[in-house]
Amino acid sequence: MEGADAVTATILEVRNLHLRRGDRRVLTGATFTVARAGIVALMGPSGSGKTTILRAIAGLERFDEGTIGIEGVTLKGGAKPSGAVLRNVRRQVGLVFQFHHLFDHLSTMRNVTLAPVHVLGTSAAAAETHARDLLRALGVEHRASALPRELSGGEAQRVAIARALAVDPPLLMMDEPTASLDPSRRNELGELLARLSGQNRTILVSTHDEDFARRWATVILRVEDGAIAE
Amino acid sequence: MEADPGDPNKVTGFDVEIAELLAHGLNRTPRFLFVPYASIDQAIERGTADVGLSGVEDTPARRAAMATTIPYYAFREVLAVRDADAGRLRGLAALGGRRVGTLGGTIAFEILLRAERRYGLQAVSYDDDVHPYSDLLLGRLDAVLLDNVLAERRRRTMPGITVQPDAVAVSHYVGVLAARSASLRDAANEVLRAAMRDGTLERIFRKWNVWNDDQPALYNRLLAREPVPPVSGLDETIGVAAISRWEAVRKYLPSLVKAAGVTLILSCVSMAVAVVLGVLIASGRVYGNGVTRLALTGYVELMRGTPILLQLFVIYYGLVAVVRLPAFLAALVGLALNYAAYESEIYRGALEAVPLGQLEAARTLGLTERQVLRLVRGPQAFRLALAPMTNDFVALLKDSSLVSVLTVVELTKQTQIFATNLGSWVIPGTLCAAMYLVMSLPLGAVARRLEERWKAPTP
Repeated sequence: MEGADAVTATILEVRNLHLRRGDRRVLTGATFTVARAGIVALMGPSGSGKTTILRAIAGLERFDEGTIGIEGVTLKGGAKPSGAVLRNVRRQVGLVFQFHHLFDHLSTMRNVTLAPVHVLGTSAAAAETHARDLLRALGVEHRASALPRELSGGEAQRVAIARALAVDPPLLMMDEPTASLDPSRRNELGELLARLSGQNRTILVSTHDEDFARRWATVILRVEDGAIAE
Repeated sequence: MEADPGDPNKVTGFDVEIAELLAHGLNRTPRFLFVPYASIDQAIERGTADVGLSGVEDTPARRAAMATTIPYYAFREVLAVRDADAGRLRGLAALGGRRVGTLGGTIAFEILLRAERRYGLQAVSYDDDVHPYSDLLLGRLDAVLLDNVLAERRRRTMPGITVQPDAVAVSHYVGVLAARSASLRDAANEVLRAAMRDGTLERIFRKWNVWNDDQPALYNRLLAREPVPPVSGLDETIGVAAISRWEAVRKYLPSLVKAAGVTLILSCVSMAVAVVLGVLIASGRVYGNGVTRLALTGYVELMRGTPILLQLFVIYYGLVAVVRLPAFLAALVGLALNYAAYESEIYRGALEAVPLGQLEAARTLGLTERQVLRLVRGPQAFRLALAPMTNDFVALLKDSSLVSVLTVVELTKQTQIFATNLGSWVIPGTLCAAMYLVMSLPLGAVARRLEERWKAPTP
């Protein structure tokens, strides 16, 4: 790597995020940076603001104050981001929701190929080949033609990961990924995330699963009352 | 007869005075009920009123099925044309390829149906006796065939109409009673004969400017108890009442099938337009700015809050100063605009029922809002909308019968024409119902199959 292509050590920089909903202070100055590569866990009890932070990074949640910088794109508090900024953010960030939100009307395969075809302009055939590779790597290739409602919880999660990876985001975020998994499945997921993380991909998970975070995360950030505790 | 311009709650006309004359002679108090002209016989038969009057025509079918009084007025069926055509369009033979209007279910309509086959003109049926003349002046028709009383009345009030002097046929007005009221009818006949003798009828008709030499000739024959044929000037017997029921079915079936085709085409095309407009309105109401949303909400409430019949009248007759739509197109536009409002509400509800998580998942993948709508929200909403849409299409299929008020002959109108000529609703009604079911039942099956297919994974 050299010149303009030089890769910085930091992939995500969150500064002083504040968010109020009515009387409730959801975020109270959350500040942290995420270094490139590795698995970062946002730990904290439910209601502490973990999910809101992930949603803000993905451009789904407006915030009152602060900034979020991802790979040279900045989201600012208090203003509605432009469509161009949001598009750029979403090229950098993938989000796997706690309840997956797979597209109900599309097969597994179409869930995974939708964004490559319509956002990246990949040909349908190339997108399908790539999707098949991803599904195979995640162990759900045999479910390619199933509809989301026909998948088990673990399968749906893997398809949702494949869908997020299909557009190859440098930062992959997962919201409470272990919530619906039994203990043996949690370790499988940890191994999977360890495999996926590397120089080209950083993983940020929110979780309140202490064991999972201790075992698999390279960095643990603790969220308390809407801010990062030291 | 028509409403008194000075007091719209009162009816005036020579038929009102004849009714008063009859009531007085029979020692009764007249009470007036309004019944659609084409349904007078059926209303009398079921007992809505005892006597039907108001330009009720003397036909063989009516004489056979009902108890009719002796004729009290002789009329001539005459052609009315625009002044400019007066020299050219003198008779039915000159009207090949042209549109000629009249009142549905009348002798004049039967004459026009025959002339359709013989001269290639196009008969257009109306539910009232004013709009044929206004449409004549607008150029929607080239001639109107109605009796001389109606023609003269319109000629006086609407400049630009010429009434041709030659009679196409001659018939009479009668009073109509139920077959079981033959004795009341006989009493009414005596009241009429007395009024012919003592000049009461002449006084009434003179007062209304419709007295002419045809009347004394008719009265003399009636007072001499000579038989008076119902219609003259028409070679064959009127209507289908003279032939057997099955023969009548055979004769009318092709026109019913054709009318069902009109219903089907009208429904399918207007539904297609309504779906497209409905999608646009719903998208505008979900995604548009404040002004757009307000305007579209206003449109939807206006279309849902006023009768479709009123909307059809406004589009066809009310907007002639702005746009002069042909009847079928006006019907199509009216149905489509009305149903677009209902469809848009279905789609709006369906769009709003798609879970936010689905939309956020699409957004985080980088899809634009337009792509989210086209690829995720729209397809999911459409599945939700399918069942209520099918329901609406069946409703539209039936609501399409309302367009007969714009002179479009669709299945219900054709059935009514059939029933009027046959003097019974049993066979025409059954056939009509069967045809509507044949059209609507498969829709449910198609919708169910589509729903099944969408449950299967998209390859």
